[in-house]
This record gives sequence, structure tokens and C-alpha cells, in this order.
Amino acid sequence: MHEMSLCEGVLQVLEDEAKRQHFSKVKTVWLEIGAMSGVEVEAMRFCFDVVIRHTLADGAKLEIIEVPAEAWCLNCTQTVTVKQRYDACPHCGSYQLQVTRGEEMRIKELEVE
Amino acid sequence: MCTVCGCAEGELKIEGQVKPHTHAAIRGKHHHSHDHDHPHDHAHAHDHHHHHDGHTHDYGQGAARAHAPGMSQSRMVQIEQDILGKNNQYADRNRQHFAQHAILALNLVSSPGSGKTTLLTETLARLKGKLPLAVVEGDQQTSNDADRIRATGVPALQINTGKGCHLDAHMVGHALESLPVDDGGILFIENVGNLVCPAAFDLGEAHKVAILSVTEGEDKPIKYPDMFHAADVMILNKIDLLPYLKFDVAKCEEYARRVNPNIQILHVSATSGEGMDGWLDWLQQQRTGIVEQQMQALIAKMQALRNTLSG
Repeated sequence: MHEMSLCEGVLQVLEDEAKRQHFSKVKTVWLEIGAMSGVEVEAMRFCFDVVIRHTLADGAKLEIIEVPAEAWCLNCTQTVTVKQRYDACPHCGSYQLQVTRGEEMRIKELEVE
Repeated sequence: MCTVCGCAEGELKIEGQVKPHTHAAIRGKHHHSHDHDHPHDHAHAHDHHHHHDGHTHDYGQGAARAHAPGMSQSRMVQIEQDILGKNNQYADRNRQHFAQHAILALNLVSSPGSGKTTLLTETLARLKGKLPLAVVEGDQQTSNDADRIRATGVPALQINTGKGCHLDAHMVGHALESLPVDDGGILFIENVGNLVCPAAFDLGEAHKVAILSVTEGEDKPIKYPDMFHAADVMILNKIDLLPYLKFDVAKCEEYARRVNPNIQILHVSATSGEGMDGWLDWLQQQRTGIVEQQMQALIAKMQALRNTLSG
């Protein structure tokens, strides 16, 4: 979804951090993207390259750390691995799941100079 | 541009002066300057074209791009920030505003054609005169929907998102400056008709309300799980048409509960009026909760002040 807006959000953070942490160029950006964040990683890469042109991150490398999704099954009372929101618990078939991991959309770290 | 939903070069039309009395659609331009006064700071993240033609973006020209001698050594910087952090900050600001003024803010989301605007005009017609009401309308283009709302006598403001596929918290905060909502009222924010992107953007609302009409597929909740997961309420609209359709209501509800076990489901027909009372009851209930919460906060504050006198 809306990967262009997300990349613009990333750029905003980079610019704010550049002022705060005194750097003028971003060489690499590490993002953590959860399997259930709704972010299409390939679209993100495409948009990132477009958005960073002529900015402090011009030509920066994008490293995406994909975070698998996990949920807590209220029925089995244990953590299970899921792929989509509508997945049932792989053990008991219940839909009473609370996603505990995989919704991340975070900028983790930067290589700057 | 986004290869998934097609939301592309931001033609966001939140910039430019909004005329509070004419409530003109907020218009933007391809090319623009930032010389207008804004009561709050913001970064204009969306109002730039991002073409491949190499035109220069005009952000990032400030301190961030300044040449800093002696800073040429590569280093790692820990950031650990949410990508939507900026939006969430604006959303928090809106939420604070709503709380202080005991305003129930609802973010109405659906596909285009679900009957959102009709449901809204019917709702306003029934609530008008009983409590303060206002509407923010989000559409890519035209002010048709805001015109329909204003025809009910309720103040409305149109935000045209251009090619943008969702409203964000900053646009809503901006809209509030020219569309004041009286204390204790309800603000309906009708999002862009889209079951994908608006799911991720918190506007500071109390609840997202997803509207699904029975002329759509009953499997929409699992086709667009993020949205039905983010919504607290699902309104099944146009139920007067059920006799003519092969829409499996039970199946639809089951799908919705799969992605969101706590979702509340209401059956409504804005045209026939069926189920409208249930919807209005829900609205009143939510509003009462918010008003009482703010009253209690004010009473506590009064008490604290009174204590300073008696001490």
C-alpha cells in the first residue's frame, strides 16, 4: 500500500535526524518490515530510489530486514507462526489470535557521514 | 510511484489558504512555494512530485544538506523509529484536541460506492439540531461530497488528496483549523474510498468505522484484512437489497471476526432506515463516554484548584 508515502516518511525522519545527530549524507538505511505491516517490499525499494533523489540520501542503499509474523493463540495459549491476518492457528484452527510480531515498520539504523 | 495501489506523485491539496467561509476545496498546485503562514509546523512531505525527470526536490536543502567539514567519516546511527512516526505525532495532537473538546471523531472507511456519503447524510439529518456536528470529506477530486453534506446544513470541509490514496493526520489537523467543531460534538471524517491505505494512517480518531455494502463481495474482510482489523465497527450497509442478492451475511461476519475477533457489526440500510436506530444509539453511547470522560477530568482539575484555595 502507499509505499510512496512511507518512503517520504522515511526521508523526513532522515532529515530530522541529520539535524539532530549532525550528519550530512546517508549511505545505507536499514528498515524492519513486518510480514503483516501491509508493506510490499519490492514497491518500497522502487519508491525509495525515486524519493531519495537529490536529497541527503541520494544513492543510498536500502537494506530491508523482513520480520516474520507471530501471534498468540488464546485457545492453545502459545505463540504460533502466521502468514496473513485471516490465518487460523496452525495447531487448533482457532481465529482467536493476537498478532504479537510482524506489524513493524521501523527505521532501525543508518550508515551516515 | 506505488506499484500496488497506484498512489503516486503527491498532488496533495492541503496547501494554499483555505477560505473558512466559502469552505472551498483545498487546492494545491504542481508547483508551489511555502510562503504561507501555518499555525503549526509541518514538513509538507506529500506536496512534491517525484518524477524521474530529475527536477530538484525543494526539501532537504537546509541544515541537513549543509556541508559539514570534518564529518566525512562513515558512522552508524541507531534510529529505531516508526516510519509513520511523524503521522502518529500529528494524530496524537489531533487526539488531544478531540479529548480536550470532548469531540467524538470517527474515521469512516470503505470502498468507493459503499454508500458512505448517503449513510452520512441520513445520519446527519437525524442528529442535526441535537448536537454539534461537522464533516471532513476526503476525495481525490471534486467537492461533490462536501456539497452533499452541506446541503444537510452541517458544516463540511473537502480535502482533495490529488493522487493520494488516503487522508493523513496532518491534513485533518489542518482541516480543523478552518472547520471548528463545537465541544461535545461529533466529527465524521469520511476517508478516501479505499480499503487499503487508510488502514495504516491514524488520524487521531476514536474509532475507525468500516462500511461494507451487501452489493460487494462477502469476502471483502479477508481480501482487505488490514482495514477490517483496524476498524472497531463494521457497518453492513444497503441491507434492504439482501432479498435480491446472493450475499451470505453469516459468512461475511465470520470473515470479519477472523481478522478481528472484537469487531462490532451493525446492519443498516441508509435508504430504508432499517438499523439506523442501532447506529445512532452506538454513536450516542460513544459520545456520552467521551463527554463524561472529559467532564471527570475537568471536575478533577476544579477540585485540585479548589484545594489550592482551602490549603
